[in-house]
Amino acid sequence: MDSALIPKGVKRCPMWQFLLGLGIVGAVLAWGVYAMLLCWFKGLNQTNMNDYYGFALWIWADLAVIAVGGGAFFSGLLKYIIGKDELKNIINYAVLIGFICYSSALLILAIDVGQPLRSWFIFWHANVHSMLTEVAFCLSCYFSVLTIEYIPLILENRQIDKVPFFHNLGHNMHETMAVFAATGAFLSFFHQGSLGGVAGVLFGRPFSFREGLLIWPWTFFLFTWSAAAYGPCFTLLITWITEKVTRKKLVKDNVVELLAKISGWMIFTYTIAKICDTTRWANITAPGLGQTLADFYTGTAFYGYWILFAEVVLGGLVPAIILISAPLRKNPVWRVTAIILAVLGVSLNRWVMVLQVMAAPVMTFDQWILYYPSWQEVATTILPVAYGIILIMISYRYLPIFPQEAELNPIDDEPEVEAVADAPADLEPAKA
Amino acid sequence: MFPFSFEWIWDAGHMVFHGGLWYALNIIGIGITYCVIKAVVDTVKGKGSHGHH
Repeated sequence: MDSALIPKGVKRCPMWQFLLGLGIVGAVLAWGVYAMLLCWFKGLNQTNMNDYYGFALWIWADLAVIAVGGGAFFSGLLKYIIGKDELKNIINYAVLIGFICYSSALLILAIDVGQPLRSWFIFWHANVHSMLTEVAFCLSCYFSVLTIEYIPLILENRQIDKVPFFHNLGHNMHETMAVFAATGAFLSFFHQGSLGGVAGVLFGRPFSFREGLLIWPWTFFLFTWSAAAYGPCFTLLITWITEKVTRKKLVKDNVVELLAKISGWMIFTYTIAKICDTTRWANITAPGLGQTLADFYTGTAFYGYWILFAEVVLGGLVPAIILISAPLRKNPVWRVTAIILAVLGVSLNRWVMVLQVMAAPVMTFDQWILYYPSWQEVATTILPVAYGIILIMISYRYLPIFPQEAELNPIDDEPEVEAVADAPADLEPAKA
Repeated sequence: MFPFSFEWIWDAGHMVFHGGLWYALNIIGIGITYCVIKAVVDTVKGKGSHGHH
């Protein structure tokens, strides 16, 4: 019954199946919304955050989605500024995933601040000595940029595109997208960096404190670098999951392999920088602050040395080597293994920089304190996942997200409505 | 915050942070305004009525 809205030349599941899927994910969403409302109306006592854990599961989830959402700005930079034209076939999806990640990050922050009606205070009563102010400024502006990048996709819906004004608006936005992409890359550089900078300037927390360049600790650059490196892996991972769910090939291998190769080299160089940073920190910075490496890893098995190995080797070197090696990269099993390891690696890095920082004792009378999220925190952390799945389902069904889909999945019989509808005969697939 | 707000201080922090914010907002605002105005002009001229880019 909605076939007139579905992009031309592609096939979608029956409406009942689509609605059933929406209903199941919608139930999870409703659970998260309920927990969110509890936090807003009853307050942050709904969480297990305390004086030790002022940053907890939410903030880890926030930093993780921002890192993996970095695929949008980096893919945009590669496509529009550096000129990797092959990426036009995946940039739409990268933008959609980035839009979901950043809107989720803002939603989490809206829950975290407890009083979202006062969110504008950070703009008007800004503390210009805080890296988080820069994060708030850049995050908000970059979300606007992602919205601008997502709007042309909506305008390319088969029915909306028939309206001349919307058609022209979408066309003009495509034409000027390089300006927005460049602005997005500029904003992302600073907000990703400042999120890392927040950890690096905590001189009372030797686990995360770093020396640096002028006012920027190394973590500033490591966070930006890691987001650019690992973000495309998340785009590839979600693309792979979408292909499995829809049982269709949606993006050609050469596009996937190009993005995987670039990501692999970025992860490789990042991991080398991370190893250098860790070595210097372990041998110079931490001892200078009166602590040793063992102080940070041997207090509890939960935060043992394994976590350092898992982050740097399993989530860094291993996926990097797989992705920069052509034979391994071309093998789908190895490639998917690498991108899963990479996504886990960057998420683990953000976990360590948020949670382990708080857990590690800094005073002689301190002990390792573990943290368990409340169900409300878990529900509000799963909420953005459900929201993201719903947005992907709707976008995939009604918008030309994958320009190569029709070519890769030719269909013989067009629905009856196609012949009747006065859709333009020369409607092109989404242009990046 | 604007320079005429009572909280404003003419120091590097305020100029850099808010300068960056306004810079980004201006680019986004001007860019979108350009797209909308050009879309109106194009529509008046009759472009886009055949549904092609």
